[in-house]
Amino acid sequence: MVDFQLTEEQQMIRDTVGAFARDEIRPAARPADESCEIPADLIAKIWELGLVRGPIPENYGGDDGERSAITGAVVAEELGYGDLSIAIHSLAPRLLAYPVLEQGTDAQKAAYLKRFTGPAFVAATAALMEPRWDFDLTDLATTARREGGGFVIDGVKCAVPLAADSDAILVYAKSGSGAGFKAVDAFLVRRDAAGLKIGEREKNMGLRALATYEVTLDKCKVGADARVGGEKEIDFSRLMSETRVAFAAMGVGVMRAAFEYARDYAKERKAFGAPIATKQAIAFMLADMAIEIDAARLLVWEAASRLDKGADALKESYLAKNYVAASALKVTDNAVQVLGGHGYIREHPVEMWLRNARAFAALDGLATV
Amino acid sequence: MIDFELEPQVVNRLKMYRMVAENVMRPISREYDEREHEEPWQFFETMWAASTLNDMQPGPEPRSEGGKPSAPRFRNLNTVTTTEELCWGDAGLFLSVPNSGLGGAAVMAAGTPEQKTRFLKRFSEGKPKWGAMAITEPGFGSDSAAVTTTATREGDQWAISGTKIFCTGGHRALDKSEGFVVVWATIDKSAGRAGIKPFVVEHGTPGMQVVRVENKLGIRASDTAAIIFDNCRVPADHLLGSPEVRREGGFKDVMATFDATRPIVAAMAIGVGRAALDFVRDFLKEQNVPVRYGVSPRRLTVVERDFMEMEVQLQAARLLTWRAAWMLDMGQRNNLEASMAKAKAGLVVTQITQKAVELLGPLGYSRKFLLEKWMRDAKINDIFEGTQQINMLIVSRRILGYSNKELN
Repeated sequence: MVDFQLTEEQQMIRDTVGAFARDEIRPAARPADESCEIPADLIAKIWELGLVRGPIPENYGGDDGERSAITGAVVAEELGYGDLSIAIHSLAPRLLAYPVLEQGTDAQKAAYLKRFTGPAFVAATAALMEPRWDFDLTDLATTARREGGGFVIDGVKCAVPLAADSDAILVYAKSGSGAGFKAVDAFLVRRDAAGLKIGEREKNMGLRALATYEVTLDKCKVGADARVGGEKEIDFSRLMSETRVAFAAMGVGVMRAAFEYARDYAKERKAFGAPIATKQAIAFMLADMAIEIDAARLLVWEAASRLDKGADALKESYLAKNYVAASALKVTDNAVQVLGGHGYIREHPVEMWLRNARAFAALDGLATV
Repeated sequence: MIDFELEPQVVNRLKMYRMVAENVMRPISREYDEREHEEPWQFFETMWAASTLNDMQPGPEPRSEGGKPSAPRFRNLNTVTTTEELCWGDAGLFLSVPNSGLGGAAVMAAGTPEQKTRFLKRFSEGKPKWGAMAITEPGFGSDSAAVTTTATREGDQWAISGTKIFCTGGHRALDKSEGFVVVWATIDKSAGRAGIKPFVVEHGTPGMQVVRVENKLGIRASDTAAIIFDNCRVPADHLLGSPEVRREGGFKDVMATFDATRPIVAAMAIGVGRAALDFVRDFLKEQNVPVRYGVSPRRLTVVERDFMEMEVQLQAARLLTWRAAWMLDMGQRNNLEASMAKAKAGLVVTQITQKAVELLGPLGYSRKFLLEKWMRDAKINDIFEGTQQINMLIVSRRILGYSNKELN
């Protein structure tokens, strides 16, 4: 039955995380962007909200909450509204925990989930992207071939968040059989595994506060038990749909941040004797931004809703993410434009949001629901 | 709980509408585009006979005695989904379906319960009839508060004088059936917006004459009438709602009408857009041109990117439209959301249909196929029931918290 209303619990989560994003994350965003560092105590505080632990079962110390992509999208949007780097950093453990939670073997769950239910933030991550202009999820260059009882992984990954601080990395690789999504498997690789090398911290246009790394796998050997799901093939398409929903939802948050800032500025800033917001040239830009935000959010929620129903959401999540990639750029660019010269100055946050927004078209797999 | 899945009953109902669109509308779609101003009477009779199809009255949920909305029936949501289905068939013919139309919407929004019964009863009995609404005048369009048509009280009658144009279905309502047109006229020019009131003018009323039916770019099966009122007298109780010139009210009723009808126009656009999208999808399939979802956008062909862009823009517009209708069903104010949906749908469907013609090149441009017609039909949705720009203005005011005076 068609319904546009979040559940009471989801609204509560939105209010809580939203208030936190506004009061705690946003003030830290600019300093973090400048210093390329996120304060550990802020990450610790976000950790206390239980955003990773929530759906992990009780026997692993989690809250045994229902895992919902809609709830995940709501959380991602609010955190993205605070700051994109901090949002990705604070949810990065999900990149390893949730695929294991959803598709891992019992042994893998027992071995990995517990670490994410403790009182302190534990870094974990996934290595998906590869440093190629036409990087494609259906055609990974990183390979895993069977050897002995296990696998040998070869390839170069990039944009791996928190790789240097993570004890384990979920590495996606083409395992030979099949084509497209079906050919991809995920492997739990320990950071100290022989053949795994973590490169220098990457320097990017945006997401400056987020520590990302290139990760090289050179004849990196892992046991058979490292393959997520064991002999059962993983549903890579679903995992990627989940990452796209999460990343797109963060994009909606970034758009909202830029829109609100530009709107408030336009009502304050005067030109020719009146607030610039009273001019249609400015007002229509803001109206367009508002429409795009709602449109993008509904597309994200539609994909999320399909995931929650167990339906295939490959197309919906893909289209939603691509929509966000375009609209987030447009909205943040409009925000800079509304502020004019002031928007270009780093004293205001809009230029940062423009830089961050371009990530939605350039990157993939940085978050999940 | 967030959900975008229509109920099975609704889906089944839509299948029936889809059959009408496919089997009744599409076969005569080109014919009545070419034969502008001719009446597809067989189509009218068919649609009239299928009386369930006339249950499409927009507006807030009728309230029971206690003031509580009767059980949610998703009337507005149903209306937008069925509208999409029928406009997938043909938007011009959809606008021609004999029913109470925008006139009925105005009666529902501004009329008393007694007036609703009195004026709308006819649409469920007898021969095909049309209801229409007349706001626009030669001297204004978007600035709908600038009404110059006057209504003067004379005894127990109102005397209406003025010229109205762009009245959808006006000719059929007044000249081809026992219908009516709701005319917006001012009873007190000094009162501005508050003085503008809706009047029901019946077919055959002396002093009222349809003087022209327009030739148009698209939706040619639909009649667009110019009507002159020259001391046209209607009974006092043909004024919908209260004759009192309140500060709040009067013109507000026009706006209430628009909040209910804008999602429908958005849905019309979406139906036309989907027709074009389906056509292109089938065509690409036939030509073995793949559309690869999930692949890196950097590996897609231009055709794939264009097609996916069309598809997602249409879906974005659809979801905004459903939300606006759903809010009305929930008894929530949807002024902002209705304008968002209308602005988005009108724009993107115009672009989608234009892109579709481009994608198919000479085949898209040829009148051998309906694609070029859909491009012409689509454009009206960017214009009527508030142009793109007027809806952007409404959205702007709402998000900025500005009055009409502060932002115009």
